[in-house]
Amino acid sequence: MQLEVELKKSFKDFTLDVAFSLSSSRTGIFGPSGSGKSTIMNLLSGLELPDSGHIRLGDTVLFDSKRKINLKPDQRNIGVVFQHAHLFPHMSVKRNIFYGYKRVKPENRQIDPDGLFEVLGVTQLLSRDVSTLSGGERQRIALARTVLSNPRLILMDEPLSALDEGHKFQIIPYLKNVFNNYGIPMIFISHSVLEMRMMTDEVLVIERGRIQQHGAAEELAKKSWNRGLESYVNLINLGGASPYKDLFRYKWGDTSIILTEPAESEENLFELDSRDILLFKRHPEATSARNLLKCTVTDIYSCGNRVRVELACGNEHLIAQIVPESVCELGIKEGTMVVAAIKASAFKKIF
Amino acid sequence: MLTLSPQDISAVWLSLKVACSATLIATPFGIACGYFLAFCKIRGKVVVEGLISLPLVLPPVVVGYLLLLSFGSNGIIGKFLNLFGIQVVFSLTGAVIASAVVGFPLMVRSIRIGMEAVDQSYISVSRTLGAGWWDSFFTIVLPLSGRAILSGMSLMFARNLGEFGATVILAGNIPGMTQTIPLAIYEYTSVPGGDRMALTLCLVSISLSFTILLVSEGINRRFRRG
Repeated sequence: MQLEVELKKSFKDFTLDVAFSLSSSRTGIFGPSGSGKSTIMNLLSGLELPDSGHIRLGDTVLFDSKRKINLKPDQRNIGVVFQHAHLFPHMSVKRNIFYGYKRVKPENRQIDPDGLFEVLGVTQLLSRDVSTLSGGERQRIALARTVLSNPRLILMDEPLSALDEGHKFQIIPYLKNVFNNYGIPMIFISHSVLEMRMMTDEVLVIERGRIQQHGAAEELAKKSWNRGLESYVNLINLGGASPYKDLFRYKWGDTSIILTEPAESEENLFELDSRDILLFKRHPEATSARNLLKCTVTDIYSCGNRVRVELACGNEHLIAQIVPESVCELGIKEGTMVVAAIKASAFKKIF
Repeated sequence: MLTLSPQDISAVWLSLKVACSATLIATPFGIACGYFLAFCKIRGKVVVEGLISLPLVLPPVVVGYLLLLSFGSNGIIGKFLNLFGIQVVFSLTGAVIASAVVGFPLMVRSIRIGMEAVDQSYISVSRTLGAGWWDSFFTIVLPLSGRAILSGMSLMFARNLGEFGATVILAGNIPGMTQTIPLAIYEYTSVPGGDRMALTLCLVSISLSFTILLVSEGINRRFRRG
């Protein structure tokens, strides 16, 4: 997918002025509330009219103020998953899901509904009433409805923010599966760095209606120290759990780690705050932390009185955040061997 | 015992005919005006809103007189309609037009409130799912404001059954032709010994209005249950 955008739109007290070109099929638009993220989404999907500029998706011009081209939302083939699922309340789940599908010419229907329902785990929800669905279920139905409308691009406008804290990330594997299986490019709009890192490869950072940064999602998280990124969160993919005394042992690359939290699935994602990792120069004789990992320092970056140390543990990577004084005492530089101590309870399950 | 004369029965039929025709003819316009007032963002909307609501606050006799001026043989519309041989004044058509104009604001108000309650996001979602404007209007806006449209229709229908002032001026009080229930009651009360007949028609009017209320409430409940 190649998306070329140059847009200007003025409101009473806010002006959006952006120009970007995207080729990644998993892009994020990141920024605080009121920065213009949702306006970009409305302009791309045709729900709002820009003052000037152009939007080109592949070889189709969706909007061009000079050439007076403006395709209507239903002609743009851009699907949108909104913050709230917005399932039509006067229709059954089934009618909701097929709303867009019925409006696609039969020869253009490329997605098999039954296969999609299985990927999204919604088969058993089809006979239910819209009002009986949970937040996560509604969002999965909304995604199915959008995917079946055969879009060339899907915009996701903070799809997790309306879900309750405890369950919001459970939908991520479904989202990932859909985008992996069907190869539909997507733009993920959010103000959460964690969501950006899980869902996107490339991120546009927008502030006060202007693009401030354009780079890899992981780089944004590693090297940013403001905007709620005071500490880096390690995302750790772990295999299946096996009981270890009264704790649980997980496979992590070519080593294993001990956690207090159990997990039933074969694939699990945990978060680990970089400030919860203690570094030792040598292997401590005894410690309360259950995980002592031998690591090599691969990179160091600092800001003010904080330092992030990138560590290679076997074939996996971790980032620990410490203070400059500790760096001096431990003699840390690239290539130094250290021991990272992590408590079994420091890992928090995402899904 | 309370009995209805053939003239009374004809008045009841005429009332129903006028109320039904006026409501059905006004409904598409009512939906269009309701949509305009609920969704369109243009300058001067307040003026349009005021014009639509005017018959609600004006004395019906004033509305009737203005209609008479417009539809009379010397009026702008009257002259035009005369070319096609259509006579509005002192005819059933006149009664329908008078009822439609007087009851219209009630219908628009109800539809407008119903449409304003429709979350615009549903319309946006349907558009991004490939529905054109009309498609979205018929599959999202109309069903979601269906209850308001029905209640607007029943309000207008009930109002039309009681319409007197504008009708008597534009359509006159011709038994068997333009004499509806209120006009017949008026005639009975102005002749000696007509009280009994007037009361009978009052009872018919009460039962008709009550039936409409019950039917409209019943439909509303069915709608709510989906």
